[in-house]
Amino acid sequence: MISATIVAVLVSMLLALVRAFMGPSFYDRVLAVNMFGTKTVLLIALLGFLSGRPDFLDIALIYALINFISVIAILRYFEYSNRKSSIQET
Amino acid sequence: MEGFWFVLTSVFLISGAFLIFTGAVGVLRFPDFYTRMHASSLTDTMGSGLILTGCLLLADHEWLVMAKLVMIFLFLLLTGPTANHALVKAALHSGLKPKLGAEPS
Repeated sequence: MISATIVAVLVSMLLALVRAFMGPSFYDRVLAVNMFGTKTVLLIALLGFLSGRPDFLDIALIYALINFISVIAILRYFEYSNRKSSIQET
Repeated sequence: MEGFWFVLTSVFLISGAFLIFTGAVGVLRFPDFYTRMHASSLTDTMGSGLILTGCLLLADHEWLVMAKLVMIFLFLLLTGPTANHALVKAALHSGLKPKLGAEPS
């Protein structure tokens, strides 16, 4: 049952990667990477349960923290850099 | 595990897995960035919530593991929508136009 969930999480990570490669705009890629990150959190937690080691949950929690911070950092950088270029366009 | 608990955990886990899979298919097939954002952010939070509650039932009565799972779930519950909101705000500010219906352009 856990392994079925792990397979579903892996498949959805694969689809998120496909969207990351195909994504026309930059923000599609950030969306796919963000989704990939949260799925990794789930994958780590489930692998912790599969292998019977409860300390994987700390890794999953840290990964969720880092994933959130990195998405906000990427957006903060790219939001303002685009604004300068879009101002010159209009 | 007894029959009832096994069925309950598998219901939680399989429904969480189904939600996550539909979210991934939605992110792949939707026409426009904002609809993809809709697909991914909803199923992210709900799918991981279901899977983590399934794991909660799996960790039968080990309080430390259950506390960690609740912490992960609360954190994902708080930061998931926030990150997606920041993403859409950044996309909107940078001038990414949503693909609306057949407007007389």
